Amino acid sequence: MGKTILEVNELTTRYVTRFGENIYAVDHVSLKVEEGKSLGVAGESGCGKSTLALSLMGYYFPPLHYTSGQIIIDGRNISGMKPDDVRKSILGKEIAYIPQAAMNALNPTQKIIRFVEDVIRVHEPSADKKAIYERACTLFETVGLPPQVLEKYAVELSGGMKQRTVIAIAVLLSPKVLIADEPSSALDVTSQKMVIKMLKQLLNDGMVGSLIFITHELPLLYNVTDDIMVMYAGQVVERGGAHKAVFDPLHPYSKGLMGSIIVPEEGLRDVKLTAIPGVPPNLKNPPSGCRFAERCKYVQPECIVNSVGLRKVDGERIYRCIFSEQELREAYQNG
Amino acid sequence: MAEKKVCLNGTGLTKVFGFGRTRTVAVDNVNFNFYEGEVISIVGESGSGKTTLAKLLLGLINPTEGDIYFQGQKRDISTQRKRLDYWRNIQAIFQDPFSSYNIFNKIDAVLLDCINMRGGRGFPRAKKVEMMTEACSFVNLKFAELTNKYPFELSGGQMQRLMIARIFLLMPKILLADEPTSMIDACSRATILDMLMGLRDEIGMTIIFITHDLGLAYYVSDSVYIMEHGKFVESGSADEVILRPKQAYTKRLINDVPKIYEEWDLSTV
Repeated sequence: MGKTILEVNELTTRYVTRFGENIYAVDHVSLKVEEGKSLGVAGESGCGKSTLALSLMGYYFPPLHYTSGQIIIDGRNISGMKPDDVRKSILGKEIAYIPQAAMNALNPTQKIIRFVEDVIRVHEPSADKKAIYERACTLFETVGLPPQVLEKYAVELSGGMKQRTVIAIAVLLSPKVLIADEPSSALDVTSQKMVIKMLKQLLNDGMVGSLIFITHELPLLYNVTDDIMVMYAGQVVERGGAHKAVFDPLHPYSKGLMGSIIVPEEGLRDVKLTAIPGVPPNLKNPPSGCRFAERCKYVQPECIVNSVGLRKVDGERIYRCIFSEQELREAYQNG
Repeated sequence: MAEKKVCLNGTGLTKVFGFGRTRTVAVDNVNFNFYEGEVISIVGESGSGKTTLAKLLLGLINPTEGDIYFQGQKRDISTQRKRLDYWRNIQAIFQDPFSSYNIFNKIDAVLLDCINMRGGRGFPRAKKVEMMTEACSFVNLKFAELTNKYPFELSGGQMQRLMIARIFLLMPKILLADEPTSMIDACSRATILDMLMGLRDEIGMTIIFITHDLGLAYYVSDSVYIMEHGKFVESGSADEVILRPKQAYTKRLINDVPKIYEEWDLSTV
């Protein structure tokens, strides 16, 4: 077993609306990522995936507020730090983040090298301009980008190139955790593959300590990450190895998600897609019981009343349901 | 089996943007026959001219060369009235549901427009409400909850479903869906696709999907056209094109899609 790089215990963060209502978008989430490993986060839009990413890197600007829980990176607890301190000492070095709209993340009036300088200067104020340039050149070469990119403006690059440039800038200081929030959702398949290849290569070469990959594309997640965590309405509903999570899901919601996969492979044309009926609950007044109860096929009266805890099976695998593993498997077999 | 009737066909369709040094051939001498009641997918990378072709089919831009025939007749959209007539037969769902609606119109106005367009202007109010309720229930929306709301108060998936409710009322012969599911997540995608397929069975229309998602194309369509640099490089039935591709370009596209049952080869980029 490798060294644990990132450990999150019962992290809870909330949004405060104009009317003073609390919306717990990340609700008692625990996770653990080991060195050289990757974790995938899956779930519908609005289930708190992106909020989890922001919370992990300590990006607490209103309306997002930290409530409770711990974020431990390599033995150092960073939860509850001020956003300004986080920017100076954590971002880039400990945690790096690739935003969803990386296309628009680059200022069109600046050359790429300026972003590189910005990132390095925050952490090493005395760094020399020439040294930074050389450093950037070597890094860009190792990640497979031509160093000429550094002298270009963002508008001169294609979408896939921009995305890879953003990734290269994010990993400049060899962060321990790299959070990729839907890095390929706006790209076509070929550029997507290049981005994925780059991320995997970074992880294998040890340029990033670990990877958290957020997306709703399950086939992608299955190919990229070692573990998959499924979120629903701010809570973790299932976490386990990628293969098991895709081919043998336990929670009824994960089961539904896996039923909506479409890939161009023989025989899948005749498979009926199973859509999950209904919509996720409003997090302003979350249901007191299981949050998925409303849409669940196997709902029981006690699901609606009592909150449901996490169950552990085969060591590392967890899921949130009142049924045991055995009961769920039987239910799935009977349809 | 009865002979398939051609619904929409094009000959030598070409669209050129710009001239001189900036001359770009977006759609290059494209020929196609779309049959009635079929589901067709046009697949290509970004920049391959898919959306330009969609605009040509919809009559939003005029082709530089070539003609489009609708049900065997040459399409005439020379005047606004003729264009509106053409749009009774062909309708579209776009990629971004958030920018597809008039922000000043409430949802009932959106749906009422559709009824009026199908000659229901003189219907009594009760009948119109009944029609709108039926359309909404077809897409699992509750009409009673939607009245007096604006489209931006809905979620992306709901908006896209409302778009399908519009199509249900308009009953076009052809529906052109330009990346209808790329902005919504994988879970709502299944719902949207199910509804579109249900709609096809209900009113027997032709659906043209424009997409870069080969999985989607394989799942829904009867025939698939692969587009590269404005040309159709390969076409045929879905099984033929996706499972037994002939062209190198198609092979590469299929290779680039993440798979779950086969090994995904990352070395070939």
